[in-house]
Amino acid sequence: MDFKEKVIQQLNSQFPEMKLETTDFRGDFCIKFSPDNLLMICEFLKNNDQLKFLLCEDITAIDWASRTNRFTMVYHLFSLKNKFRLRLKTDVDDSTTSIESVSSIWRTANWQEREVYDMYGINFLNHPDLRRMYMPEEFEYHPLRKEFPVMGIPGSLPLPKK
Amino acid sequence: MEKLTKNDVHPKIVQALLGADTTFTVEDALDNEMILNMGPQHPATHGVLRLLLRLDGETVIACVPELGYLHRGYEKMAENMGYLDFIPHTDRLDYLSPPANNVAYALAVEKLAGIEVPKRAQYIRMMMCELSRIASHLVAVGALAMDVGALTVFLWTLREREKVLDMYDVICGARFTTSYTRIGGVAQDLQKSTIIEIQKFIDELEKSLEEVERLLNSNRIFIERLEDIGVISYDDAIDFGLTGPSLRGSGVDFDLRRDASYLYYNEVEFKVPVYYEGDCLARYFVRMDEIRESAKIVTQVLDKLPSGEIMANNPKKVLPRKTEIYTKMEELIHDFMLVNFGINPPVGDIYQAVENPKGELGFYIVSKGEGHPWKLKIRSPSFVNIQSIPHMTKGYMVSDVVAIIGSIDPVMGEADK
Amino acid sequence: MGLEAKLQQDGFFTTTIDAIISWARKSSVWPMPMGISCCAIEMMAVGDPKYDIARFGSEVMRFTPRQSDLMIVAGTVTYKMSHVVKKIYDQMPDPKWVIAMGACTSSGGMYRSYSVVQGIDQFLPVDVYLAGCPPRPDNLLNALMQVQEKIGRTKARDFQDLPQPDFTKQY
Repeated sequence: MDFKEKVIQQLNSQFPEMKLETTDFRGDFCIKFSPDNLLMICEFLKNNDQLKFLLCEDITAIDWASRTNRFTMVYHLFSLKNKFRLRLKTDVDDSTTSIESVSSIWRTANWQEREVYDMYGINFLNHPDLRRMYMPEEFEYHPLRKEFPVMGIPGSLPLPKK
Repeated sequence: MEKLTKNDVHPKIVQALLGADTTFTVEDALDNEMILNMGPQHPATHGVLRLLLRLDGETVIACVPELGYLHRGYEKMAENMGYLDFIPHTDRLDYLSPPANNVAYALAVEKLAGIEVPKRAQYIRMMMCELSRIASHLVAVGALAMDVGALTVFLWTLREREKVLDMYDVICGARFTTSYTRIGGVAQDLQKSTIIEIQKFIDELEKSLEEVERLLNSNRIFIERLEDIGVISYDDAIDFGLTGPSLRGSGVDFDLRRDASYLYYNEVEFKVPVYYEGDCLARYFVRMDEIRESAKIVTQVLDKLPSGEIMANNPKKVLPRKTEIYTKMEELIHDFMLVNFGINPPVGDIYQAVENPKGELGFYIVSKGEGHPWKLKIRSPSFVNIQSIPHMTKGYMVSDVVAIIGSIDPVMGEADK
Repeated sequence: MGLEAKLQQDGFFTTTIDAIISWARKSSVWPMPMGISCCAIEMMAVGDPKYDIARFGSEVMRFTPRQSDLMIVAGTVTYKMSHVVKKIYDQMPDPKWVIAMGACTSSGGMYRSYSVVQGIDQFLPVDVYLAGCPPRPDNLLNALMQVQEKIGRTKARDFQDLPQPDFTKQY
């Protein structure tokens, strides 16, 4: 059996009432679900004996600019046991712009979520240390949001005196 | 290391430092703790990494890395330029192995746009990747040795690295930031004389590696400064998302070249060196072994190098040669369209990861069918590896911090993006 | 200077104090390697056996600003880093010189983005701008020679009225 089907089958048998959308583009397998189920699914994917997605490779967000629920969170997981990469996607609710942190499941998520917070301004609930990653703490904007200009906003970052 | 004043540190960083988990205890602990600022301008922190250390005597009880001193806004710039324009920027991500980054990016865009690349081009790319791995690991080993006090090794490994750079010079006309790959192939073909030169370098490499090892492997000071320092266990290494030599030094047998094969790595034979101690010394040994494996791969690539084209035949997506642009109408039109409107890959998103010298370098590209990516995320190995420094340094001495940073070998260009 | 030849003859020569001071000054420029990014690797290459900066009397890379005369700013300076660069420059004792190594240090280069300072001359006086991304090591040696030339033209009294650095000050 294909491993993609196996992942879906395992998830369906564990969470029968959950709605999962799957896409398969150029061999990249992706599962999309509602943000409320994020922690449950992540924990299951990591701890299930047959799946074992132990390595969280990457966490990022996409800004769709003009859509309702403008941010989508993207997680890339890798199963060392099965040599399989899985992508998870979930939309962030517009009203709160916040989502549960997965840093309790993978410790590597700590900094990756801080980066997303810095760049997109998405709040992570129950994050141990939510600070800016790259930009100075005094900086007010979130650079990777689509409305932020490439050359920045003049005066937002101070220069030392000559 | 400078003395810290109150104004130097943002209150939130100090808060993070003081709030850090310090559950373990030190024997004969002193009462007065000290906060020490290390970097961003410090000879041993490899670039502009800044560490805040909370010390008890000389023992590190907490450490908070502060990044962003080299944040150049790559991801924002990528959203505002075409796919072709971003190639030179990838050079400057991990600036110790520019060709490997080029290849990773080109592979990602080719996967997104669905471009088939000729076999000869892929073999040349493989060779460039492995040469850059040799160059990068040579600097890593040399810098690690320098950090723990053996300056000679650094001069020797840099001498060897210069030879690799000279070969880049011959192959692609630039010694450092090469921008050698194009979407759909490589810029120039290999000359026969270059192949002989590369083979000569590979044959002589073993001798200089032995020279380096004779200096280091029986050096008591070097061994004692690295052995059992900065230990990270098998489970922790995976949990922290480590990749590359740092992961393999902790006993995890994982290499993307073998486990998620790209290019033609399935056609060459190589071993994945794994050490189980998880300390700085293990990471050093992994690097030395990897240099040898890379040399083996280069030899095999040169032996098997197929003949044929070096650019894909896909005029709508691949830039034509300059000589053809100036003489043929059709190529001129294609060139104009590609440069002005871009390659317009289909709507979708892909993630392409390669095994870089530092670890897994991944590009996640979201396309809306336009000439520029809607989003481009760089998954940089150094960024993730630096995250484990607080865990590794806890309980060791200040001088060990230097060795630990050296053994992880971060490059701030890609960590800060 | 052919000093040995002089020694063979009379064993002494006459010169002005200004000339001998600026000669000594320019032949032993101690650089402060402000290595920030890619250019720092090429700066390291200048110190290696192939290019050998020791030929120009500048192999003594001082990692503390208080012992150096020349700051080589090698790499992209971001707004966050600019304060650090400035602070280190302020700690260098006078007289001091600055090389802006590489395109992004000189003008922002290929980084037209929100976080990169578009040229360090916005907050530092620069003596030599160095083209290239990154410049080849030979090019850095050329810049060093230009700085030496510039130092050679100075007079000792040019620096008399400069403020002495206050080492008791907490930077």
